[in-house]
Amino acid sequence: MGDHSHGSPKSSGTVATAGQSEVEKFQDPGLPPHRPRLADKDPRAEKRAEKQVAILFVISIIGTLLFFVGYFAIRLDETIATLRLQNFLLGMGTAFAMLGIGVGIVHWAKTLMPDHEIAEERHAVRTEEDRVIAETMVTEIIEETGIKRRPLIRNTLLGAMILAPLPAIGILRDLSEDLNPDVLRHTMWDAGVRLTRDPSGTPIKASDVTIGSAFHVIPEGLNEAEHKLEEKAKAVVLLMRLNPEDLHVSPGREDWNYNGIVAYSKICTHVGCPVALYEQQTHHLLCPCHQSTFDLTQECKVIFGPATHALPQLPISVDDEGYLVATSDFHEPVGPSFWERG
Amino acid sequence: MKALSQKRRHPLAAIALLLMGLLVTGGLYAVAGTVNEAQATTTTYSAQDIEEGEKLFVSNCATCHGLGAVGAPEGAHGNQAGPSLIGVGAAAVDFQVGTGRMPMQMTGPQAQQKPKQFNDEQTMQLAAYVASLGAGPAIPEEQYLDASEGDPAAGGELFRVNCAMCHNAAAAGGALTRGKFAPALAGVSEKHIYEAMVTGPQNMPVFSDANISPEGKQDIVAFLKTIEEQGSPGGNSLGSLGPVSEGLLIWTAGLGVIIAFTIWLTQRSS
Repeated sequence: MGDHSHGSPKSSGTVATAGQSEVEKFQDPGLPPHRPRLADKDPRAEKRAEKQVAILFVISIIGTLLFFVGYFAIRLDETIATLRLQNFLLGMGTAFAMLGIGVGIVHWAKTLMPDHEIAEERHAVRTEEDRVIAETMVTEIIEETGIKRRPLIRNTLLGAMILAPLPAIGILRDLSEDLNPDVLRHTMWDAGVRLTRDPSGTPIKASDVTIGSAFHVIPEGLNEAEHKLEEKAKAVVLLMRLNPEDLHVSPGREDWNYNGIVAYSKICTHVGCPVALYEQQTHHLLCPCHQSTFDLTQECKVIFGPATHALPQLPISVDDEGYLVATSDFHEPVGPSFWERG
Repeated sequence: MKALSQKRRHPLAAIALLLMGLLVTGGLYAVAGTVNEAQATTTTYSAQDIEEGEKLFVSNCATCHGLGAVGAPEGAHGNQAGPSLIGVGAAAVDFQVGTGRMPMQMTGPQAQQKPKQFNDEQTMQLAAYVASLGAGPAIPEEQYLDASEGDPAAGGELFRVNCAMCHNAAAAGGALTRGKFAPALAGVSEKHIYEAMVTGPQNMPVFSDANISPEGKQDIVAFLKTIEEQGSPGGNSLGSLGPVSEGLLIWTAGLGVIIAFTIWLTQRSS
């Protein structure tokens, strides 16, 4: 393909047959012969097509009426059955209203409207002429606006156009205004904060947590907190009880569990989904989004999936009334890694 | 087939195809009414029940759970044919045997539900025997099994916090690790739902009365029965499996309809 020396512009539209030096010209095949449609030849077919198009439009009318039956005649009550019926009528009504018109018009065009073939010859682009016309149009427009003669208008327009995009910068910057990584380092947990049930907020006694059970836990006072959801997103905890001999406790964490009761952050260290699928026989915690699996017996070490580090453990103990309390905040940031995590 | 291939070019074929698609996706389906299993629960079992239960146990269960239900000896890899049943309580037996999960036909990731192998009386006798070995959760009382007494809205909140991560927000069930799964909850009797919560069968955590009160459990049962009876507000829920089934449908049936339309649009009229 790289050898252009044999091809000259004049030989375009020719074909060189292999092994022969003589060159044949293409014959212009022209348009295929016109084939009359059924509706052109047979008046009965024409009538039938006309009727079909009309039926399609009537289907559209019926569809619209169905929509209004659903919209006005169905009174929603306490059950979902009426809602389902209404949704059904609204959806089917709209679908047939639109489809009836669309299919009908296309069918009309294809069967009844004239179908003679038209070929439009390409015309060469008249470059110089066109350019001159375009230029005169542009100068005419500029002249008519008078932007050259009125610098005041021109300059104020320029100023307005420069200033107009600035709000977008402000709005987009707001997305990152609170990205102070310190908010990720602290949660509502602190020494003496009671572990309470999600969602009721009732405190949990250590004796309530039987072997094999799993409690979904929020810190005491979360339901009254100012930014409840932001705090909940960081502070949710899963509480489980195992046989103490099943736990492999690393040095320094001996007093973080209470008689085999352990509390771990529920926020997956991959992208922050709630890790809450607890298999009580295997002691595996599974995250439903990307199947990260954490082994509860090995301090929630990652044993499968995309998460990169273990779930943070919440150190717990009991207060003098027997209720479970945290002895401190998490010792590391909860949730996925971030740049400043260290 | 010949008739079909001739009809394929029929001008109404695309409309017929579209109608079929719409009917399949928008069709309503009736939810089977749930059967209320009214059954008197007795908290005290007669000595004869316990005796009959022991006979049944020795002949049907002891091969895995050991004589006296002390559990099979641990194998080389910590595998155990059957765990000890001392202290699991009558509710566990009633659930496992009543849903046909026990006796297990074969070992596997988890016991499968299958037709029951014991009638109600035999199940009660087995439960009586196991309950006599050690205290455990009893078969729930009738008053907490009446779904109409519960508050479905409160139950829905409890369900979303405690259950939805495994059993799916619409209780359609979900996958766990290594072949284990959380089953769908439609069609499960009120009693068995309640017993599963208090005993934690297979890998399900235990939700004792100290965690979710009996009234809370009743609310959850009421919620489950409500969504089961009412079905989905949008017609066919496609198994409530979320983007998997919905995406499959729209990428195959939806795009198929669009392709059928484009073929029809560009075809010459006959």
